[in-house]
Amino acid sequence: MSKRLPAITAAALLAVTLAACGSGGSTGQSAQPAQSASGPVTVTMWTRAATQTQSQRLVDAYNASHKNQVKLTVIPTDNYQPRIAAAAGAKQLPDIFAADVIFVPNYTSQGLFLDITDRINKLPFKDSLAPSHMRLGTYEGKLYTLPHTLDLSVWFWNKDLYKKAGLDPEKGPTTLKEFAEQATAIQDKLGKDGKVHGTFFGGNCGGCYVFTFWPSVWAAGGQVMNQDGTESLVDKPPMTDVFAIYKTLYDKGVSGPTTKEEQGPTWTGFFPKGEIGVMPMPSTTLGLMPKGMDIGVTPIAGPDGGESTFVGGDSIGISSTTKNADAAWDFLSWTVSDEAQVEIMAKNKDVLARTDLANNKYSAEDPRVVLINSLVGKGQTPYALKFGQTFNDPQGPWLRLAREAVFGDPAKLTQLNEAVNQSLTQ
Amino acid sequence: MTHALNSRGSRRRQLAGMLYATPTAVIVGALFIAPLVLVVIMSLNKWPLLGSPTFNFPKNYQKITDDPLFMDAVWFTLKYTAIITVLLSALALGLALLVQDRRPGVGFFRTAFFLPGAVGFAAAALLFYGMLNNDFGPFGFLHVNWIGTPDMALFSTILLVLWRFAGFNMLILLTGLQSIPVDVYEAARTDGASRWQVFYRITLPLLRPTIALMLILSITGSLLAFDQFFIFTNGGPDNSTVSMVMVVYRNAFFRFDLGGAAALSMVLLIVLVALNAVQLRILRGPR
Repeated sequence: MSKRLPAITAAALLAVTLAACGSGGSTGQSAQPAQSASGPVTVTMWTRAATQTQSQRLVDAYNASHKNQVKLTVIPTDNYQPRIAAAAGAKQLPDIFAADVIFVPNYTSQGLFLDITDRINKLPFKDSLAPSHMRLGTYEGKLYTLPHTLDLSVWFWNKDLYKKAGLDPEKGPTTLKEFAEQATAIQDKLGKDGKVHGTFFGGNCGGCYVFTFWPSVWAAGGQVMNQDGTESLVDKPPMTDVFAIYKTLYDKGVSGPTTKEEQGPTWTGFFPKGEIGVMPMPSTTLGLMPKGMDIGVTPIAGPDGGESTFVGGDSIGISSTTKNADAAWDFLSWTVSDEAQVEIMAKNKDVLARTDLANNKYSAEDPRVVLINSLVGKGQTPYALKFGQTFNDPQGPWLRLAREAVFGDPAKLTQLNEAVNQSLTQ
Repeated sequence: MTHALNSRGSRRRQLAGMLYATPTAVIVGALFIAPLVLVVIMSLNKWPLLGSPTFNFPKNYQKITDDPLFMDAVWFTLKYTAIITVLLSALALGLALLVQDRRPGVGFFRTAFFLPGAVGFAAAALLFYGMLNNDFGPFGFLHVNWIGTPDMALFSTILLVLWRFAGFNMLILLTGLQSIPVDVYEAARTDGASRWQVFYRITLPLLRPTIALMLILSITGSLLAFDQFFIFTNGGPDNSTVSMVMVVYRNAFFRFDLGGAAALSMVLLIVLVALNAVQLRILRGPR
């Protein structure tokens, strides 16, 4: 007996680990059985912390005005995909869940969302729903998701620092080269004390690179992948030109010293502190900037001009295992209604899920919001079935490649790009 | 007559024994045997998130060696295990020897050394992440790049693990130290043994079973390392601190390759069982 004890202990420890991993989803809300047809229904919904603010506002307003209720559970952003996977495996998905729009093709191909083609087709404003979100929510001709939140990448510049550095505070960069010049000027004039830096980016964060660097490629008329998301073009210009400009900024110390280590959770935290001259930022953070801070917003440009953006954010769908599809759709369709879009999203400076409402009574108050809304049609959302494991995963091949390009030896890109291609087609 | 009574008595004892064992058997069955069987079945199939699995043995096992991330993780985990086990054992033994005697104030030090063990490991990893962050942590003025290079990331993780587990391992050794009869020490001292001789000839040999327990816990725990690398270094920089369990996790929950992850788990299980068997044989020594 004693001979076998350690083996059994070891095996038991492993089993506990596995059981712990596997049971991740069972702590969540399971789909509740539908109540009697007339009575109110409570539907469960999951969202990730990154877009919690917007989801919470919508849910609160819906609950206040409807008999049916939505019970929202917010999950830490980094754990969201594993939680969805665990819940799906245990058939414990909530009735409704939002997802980072770039993961949607993978989820639809795995059958996690319910087909809502017929329901969407009945919406009178169907053709005005944010086009890139709708494209990624379409799988084999059927529609599975609605746009939930939109988060666009733009350049923010700090007008106070521009003034102090002797730059024109009303003129943001119109090309990536100008961006680099202005960031360098800030660094040279104000960076002596080590507090202020010309620029910043998430140097150890795959999703950050995608969100902030790729628009410069699109603005230059280039592409990062083929149409089907099966072949990577990131070892060729204009991607390599964009890498080279950021590499120079890092090598010259224009980008903050922790750029190389930034894993993502804090990459947007430096700009609001007034420490950064100019950098790419998510549009959703505009409403969260400190009051009184004078911020300019301009579209991301390519090395020599053009403009584009990464149309990110969340899509929302009904889970394929729900028993409350009708009640879930009632909430979903309400979130894209005129009332919810204007009185909740627009009022709080959020980008709208519908292009036909871009000019509303709130948008005119802030020209920066008008600018961001106007980018929805110009930006892109890349499509790839294996997006997450290739580009977002910290152990994925893209992060290796991007770090080599910016901090290491750009000559290795061709070789590293093979791993990206392999991951896209696996 | 007597014979019949005896057999009835032993049958009753058997029944009672089975009744006593039932709760444990049920728990082991539900929490260990059932998941284990499920993992074996999963590892033989292509297992989608939703929908029905399709049998694909031995594909999940064949592709293990094709994954460079996993092969790197194997070497990294072994390296980490070796370093941690040596350092942790030495530190724990040192601490245990420091606080083994009843002296004024020893209770304070025992508590102080053990206290980090009361912090959840994930919380401890997050604590170090904050503490060693140069932008927000208290040591930013030192300008030490704690997790920026592969060597520093490993070094910082080792600091974290030592801080978190040294006290716990000290406690294990302390129980062993205190079970050594005082007479043995007194006899040695009467014979004129030096401090070193007492330690080498008496303390260490009599501590052998306790050290064996500590080593098994340490090696098993290190081979299954996950929290510290998942939370503290996130496998970085450049995949230099990816442990085996992190690859299992990535395959299951980021790549949705549940069958492949199950196959990796099986390999890990077999390695662990084998290692522990070997370890126990060596540590038990000649009888």
